[in-house]
Amino acid sequence: MKALVYINTNHFAAKASFEAVTYAKKLGGEVTVVAYGNAAGAEALGVYGANKVLVDSSINEADNQQITRLVASAVEATGAEVVIFSHDLVAKAVAPRLSVRLKAGLISGAIALPETGNGFTCKVNVFSGKAFGNVAVKTAVKIISLLPNSIQPENVGGTATVEAFNGNVGAAAIKVVDTKKPEGSIPLPEADLVVSAGRGLKGPENWGIVEDLANVLGAATACSRPVADIGWRPHHEHVGQTGVAIRPNLYIAAGISGAIQHLAGVNGSKVIVVINSDSEAPFFKAADYGIVGDAFEVLPKLTEALKNFKNAN
Amino acid sequence: MNILVCISKSPDTTSKIAFTDGNTKFDENGVQYIVNPYDEWYALVRALELKETIGGNVTIITVGNTADESIIRKALAIGADNAVRIDAEPTDAFFVATQIAEYAKKNNFDLVLTGKETINYNGSQVAGMVAEFLDVPFASQASKLDVNGTTLTLEQEIVGGLQIVEVSTPAVVSCAKGMAEQRIPNMRGIMAARTKPLEVISPSAVEVYTSFESYSLPDAKKACRMIDPSNMAELVDLLHNEAKVI
Repeated sequence: MKALVYINTNHFAAKASFEAVTYAKKLGGEVTVVAYGNAAGAEALGVYGANKVLVDSSINEADNQQITRLVASAVEATGAEVVIFSHDLVAKAVAPRLSVRLKAGLISGAIALPETGNGFTCKVNVFSGKAFGNVAVKTAVKIISLLPNSIQPENVGGTATVEAFNGNVGAAAIKVVDTKKPEGSIPLPEADLVVSAGRGLKGPENWGIVEDLANVLGAATACSRPVADIGWRPHHEHVGQTGVAIRPNLYIAAGISGAIQHLAGVNGSKVIVVINSDSEAPFFKAADYGIVGDAFEVLPKLTEALKNFKNAN
Repeated sequence: MNILVCISKSPDTTSKIAFTDGNTKFDENGVQYIVNPYDEWYALVRALELKETIGGNVTIITVGNTADESIIRKALAIGADNAVRIDAEPTDAFFVATQIAEYAKKNNFDLVLTGKETINYNGSQVAGMVAEFLDVPFASQASKLDVNGTTLTLEQEIVGGLQIVEVSTPAVVSCAKGMAEQRIPNMRGIMAARTKPLEVISPSAVEVYTSFESYSLPDAKKACRMIDPSNMAELVDLLHNEAKVI
C-alpha cells in the first residue's frame, strides 16, 4: 500500500519519526514523507525506507488547520492509501481533522501493523492500556496514528530524494504568543528509559538522587501526580491517567505506591522496576523487578552499580 | 457566551475491564458509568466558571441511549443549563462527531469544549473532527482557557513543553488537567437538574468509517522478581542480560 508519513518540523532525526517511516515501509508500497519548515536532514529518512520527502518551506510554524491542509494536499499529490502519524500532540489535533477532510477512517494509538488478509484491521490500546482492541477501517483511505515505541526502526539502507512542495496551507488561525520548552531534558513521551519518583522522596530537595540515576542511565525523569500537584516537580513530568502516558523500555519507580491511575500512564512500559519501602505497595503486582527498601539507600546503590556496569562495558 | 460541552460516559476508573460475546463487547456487568473525567472536571467546570464571570449559557450534549441520562443529570446537577441527547449508540468517533457537529452548526455556539480524551477509548478524535466539520480553529489539550471578548487565550501542552496561544471564537477546545477543579453537585443542583430541559434528537445517518471488531486483555504479568536491596549489581545484570533494556 502506498503510504504517506507526516513528520513534525525539525524531527527528521527523532526516533518516533524512524518508527513511523519503518511502519510505512512495512506496508509494502512507496513511502513518501511530508513535512514543513527546514528541510535539512530530511534525506536521512531514506535509511528507514522513505523514497521521497516533500517539504513545504513556505512556513516555519503551523497550526493544526494548516498541517491538515498540507497533508491533504500531499495525499492528493501522491495517491497515498494510508497516512501515518506518530501519535503525539500534533497528531492528536491533526489526524481527526484529516479524517473528516479526506473521508478517511482513523485508527488512534495503533500498536501493531495492520492485518490485511480480510479487510483492514489494526490493534490499538484501549481502556488506558488495560486492554487492546481490533479496529476495522472501512474507508478507501486510512489514517493510522502509531503509538511511540510500538515497533523497532529498521535500517534498510535506502536514500530519499527531497523535493520542495506547495501544500496550500493558507493562513494560521492560532497565534502563538509564547513557547516554553525546558532546555536540555529528554521529552518524556520519546524517552526509552525513565526514572520516576513519588511522595516517598519526602521533598523536592531530595530529587538529586533521582537525577543522578537518570543521568547515568541517560534517562528522562518523571513523577507521580501528588508530587506534581504539590509543586515539587513540574507538571510536564507527571505520568498517569491525567498526566502523560508513556511506553518506555524501562520504567524505574521509587517511592510510588502504584495507584490504578498511575498505572494507567505507565502500563505500556516493557520492563518496570519498583523500589518501595512498603512490601505491600500495589505497584509490585505490576512490576517485573521489585526491591523492598528505602529509596534513599537503594537509588544511590543502583546508580553506583550502573556506573560500574557502564565503565566495564 | 454560548458554550456547548460534549460529554461521554466512561466506566469508573476502578472498573474491572472484561469482554463478552466472544470478546466483541465490553462486559458492562457490574460496571458503574461516570461522566468521562476530562469532560466533567475540566471542560464542564471551566464552561460554568466562564458563564459565572461573563454570562451566557452552557449546553451539554451526549450521544447515547436512555440509560445515559444518569450522566446527563449529573452534568446538569453540577450546573449546566440544558442538555441534548442524540438518541443513538455511539459506534465510533466519526459517528459521534458528525452528530455533535450537526447540532452545533444549527445553534451558533461561540465555544465547543470537550475533554482531551475518554478514558475508555483514549482516541482524542471527536474534538478535532467537530472542529473540521465546523471549519473553525481547534486548540487541543489546553490546560488554561481565558476569554476576552471574542479572543481566547489558552495554555496548551506541546511536544516537550508549553505554549500560550490566542484564537478567535468560534472555536473548539479540548481540555486537560489544570483547566479547573472538580465540582461536587450540591442538593440544590441535584433537585434543579430534574427539571432542567433535556432535548432528545434522532441521529442522522452516517457512513461507517471504523468499527471495533474484537478486544483482548494483556497477558497476565509474571510474578515480580524480588531483589535484595544490597545487591544492585544483580539488578543491573538482569536488566542487561535478561530484560535487555540497558
